[in-house]
Amino acid sequence: MIKKKTFSIGGIHLDKHKITAAMPIVDAGLPELVYIPVKQHIGAPAKILVKKGDKVKVGTLLADADGIVSADIHSSVSGEIVKIDEIIDADAYPETMIVIKVEGDEHEPNIDLSPTIISEIPYTPEEIINKVRSSGIVGMGGAGYPTPVKITISEGKKVDTLLINGIECEAYLTADGRLMVEKAEQIIIGARIINKALGIQNAIIAIDENKPEAIEIMSRLTKKYVGVNVCVCQSKYPQGAEKQLIAAITGREVPPGKLPVDVGCIVHNVGTAFAIYEAVQKNKPLYERIVTVTGDDAAEHLGNYRVRIGTPASFLIAKTTQHPEHIGKIIFGGGMMGVSAVNMDAPLTKLTSGILLLNDQDAVKPPEIACIRCAKCLDACPMGLRPFAIASAIKSNDFAELKRLHTQSCIECGSCAFICPARIPLLDYCKLGKIEVKKQQ
Amino acid sequence: MLKISTAPHLNAPLSTRSIMFNVILALLPTLIAGIMFFGFNALLVVVTSVAGCVAFEYLFCRFVTQTETSTWDLSAVVTGLLLAFNLPATIPLWMVLVGCFMAIILSKMVYGGIGKNMFNPALVGRVFLFISFPVEMTTWIKPQFLNFMSPDAQTAATPLKILKHLSADGSADELPSYFQMFVGNIGGCIGEVSALAILIGFVYLLYKRIISWHITFYYLSSFFILISLHWLITKSPGADPLAHLLSGGLMLGAVFMATDYTTSPMSPNGKIIFAIGCGVLTYIIRIYGVYPEGVSFAILIMNAFVPLIDKLYIPRLFGTARR
Repeated sequence: MIKKKTFSIGGIHLDKHKITAAMPIVDAGLPELVYIPVKQHIGAPAKILVKKGDKVKVGTLLADADGIVSADIHSSVSGEIVKIDEIIDADAYPETMIVIKVEGDEHEPNIDLSPTIISEIPYTPEEIINKVRSSGIVGMGGAGYPTPVKITISEGKKVDTLLINGIECEAYLTADGRLMVEKAEQIIIGARIINKALGIQNAIIAIDENKPEAIEIMSRLTKKYVGVNVCVCQSKYPQGAEKQLIAAITGREVPPGKLPVDVGCIVHNVGTAFAIYEAVQKNKPLYERIVTVTGDDAAEHLGNYRVRIGTPASFLIAKTTQHPEHIGKIIFGGGMMGVSAVNMDAPLTKLTSGILLLNDQDAVKPPEIACIRCAKCLDACPMGLRPFAIASAIKSNDFAELKRLHTQSCIECGSCAFICPARIPLLDYCKLGKIEVKKQQ
Repeated sequence: MLKISTAPHLNAPLSTRSIMFNVILALLPTLIAGIMFFGFNALLVVVTSVAGCVAFEYLFCRFVTQTETSTWDLSAVVTGLLLAFNLPATIPLWMVLVGCFMAIILSKMVYGGIGKNMFNPALVGRVFLFISFPVEMTTWIKPQFLNFMSPDAQTAATPLKILKHLSADGSADELPSYFQMFVGNIGGCIGEVSALAILIGFVYLLYKRIISWHITFYYLSSFFILISLHWLITKSPGADPLAHLLSGGLMLGAVFMATDYTTSPMSPNGKIIFAIGCGVLTYIIRIYGVYPEGVSFAILIMNAFVPLIDKLYIPRLFGTARR
């Protein structure tokens, strides 16, 4: 047997929570209202181009990217704009959102909705980058970094490998896994488009071993395309984190404070690669994505849904349960890194890979007790940090020590807090530490 | 009402209490072996020790720190078991309670409770008793397999004592066979005699991923290599390597005491240094010291080095050169 690749420092094994792994992607349908935030990416909010009362179609540009690190926002439905206002989003921050009342389902005429797969790429790198930019694509693994920047190589950098991240090591989530099974060829073409934009020949699609169906389909289809290969990784968390993925596949480690491009790699999520395919080959802006709706208790109609951006979470939750009052916690994202939502009506964004429902019992975090120095956090940290030491430096206000402990290297995967038998919220301490170190600089 | 919290929203199944519970399970074979060889007295010592440790911790939390009691994390039970396992079955019960006081109050609670102590509490208790009551702490009865009431207990020398005499003037009782030493049919403390029972517990702890094999392995092997070299060079019958490995507190110490989370280093390399230090010190004390036994002192001395080791041996930061 071939030894499957993985990173060498730390990591944890999550129990199998992939309840929805075998469920095909289905269309979620249209809600009555969608709430489209003008900031669904890191960087500045997009500049709003529309006003209350305007009629829009699916794919109409609503807001224009404000600078390089920003992204266009498109309408995900057809209908009338009824409100533009600050509304509380999932993380409890007020965000400017464009509220659209859904009427019919009319698309912008230039969007190609046919199922034909187009594999020819007749565009120049500049044309590709412009198409990606005008489609509002951002990193869909959750980072939200505007994609045009990541398919352009900046002056003086050399890239030799494109990694397409199909790891999805997060607990519960299966959206990327399903996408690889159902849209494999489109993802491969998406990878080739990125390669063309970057001017390189080598793309590797990384999949972890718990997705045999995706591995089989991808391995078969990549044979048709020169320069695209599949690499199977161990199922380990956080294998899908950018730095850990690069380390597993190329053996290169991104030095502290550096970017993947500094070791000659660019990483894009499979969802992003698919969105790039649709943008470039089908003129389709990013107005929908695949969202896993999951949870241990909510038994009915869990699954992987194709959801229009801006759909309220409650619209999906209503499909799974008649008793939303029994839900203890709603998490946007997966169990390890997801954000627990303050209200059920918060809209799904370009970055929402899943809606995880926990019951009342699982929703409660156990209280923090004393550290017993078991060193499990140290063994689990994929960055070689000592989370217990970061926590005690925070508790004693020793901010100089935080810097010596390389707190800035933390990737916020949460492995330390997951494994801690004393249930110390180590990730919270690490995040606080990062803020403190930043303040000092 | 929706609950909100920061990520991660999942926890590994092992909690402090379940870790302690698993350690207690791992200690059960040793407890059973102790009772089988030393009878009802052994059970009495164990019960006294566990009750004493739990009671002292509870009382300390209740009346001294006046904080929520930490008793229910079961760590005091583990300390109580380990302390009893380091005592002879014939020890007067009030001395056991003195040991409990030393272990729980003076070496754990006054440092700030679980996780804060520098020295292994059970070993502090044992060493205190050993120095204060040398006669009671070194009176050994002959093991009487399954004779629970042990009416006519005979005293017997431990294998280590025999080995010490062998090195000194060569006149001593005959050593028990390796098999007897392995199963535990020898004189000694309640929980240290049966290497077999201890190893069963060790395998269980490894299987449950409570401890890693490093400290135990490096402790035993560094000691074994040194004593073997000594034996090969001096040809002294008192340095019989297998007898040394199977007797005294070495197995109990290497499996259950040196691996204590709180008082051992945290990084993998630090653990190896710590374990080798324990092995070297055990060898030096057993061969060159006045005491036949050196495990307790070796571990306690290395406990004192843990903060230094933790400072020197840190994990490799991702993206930096291997050191």
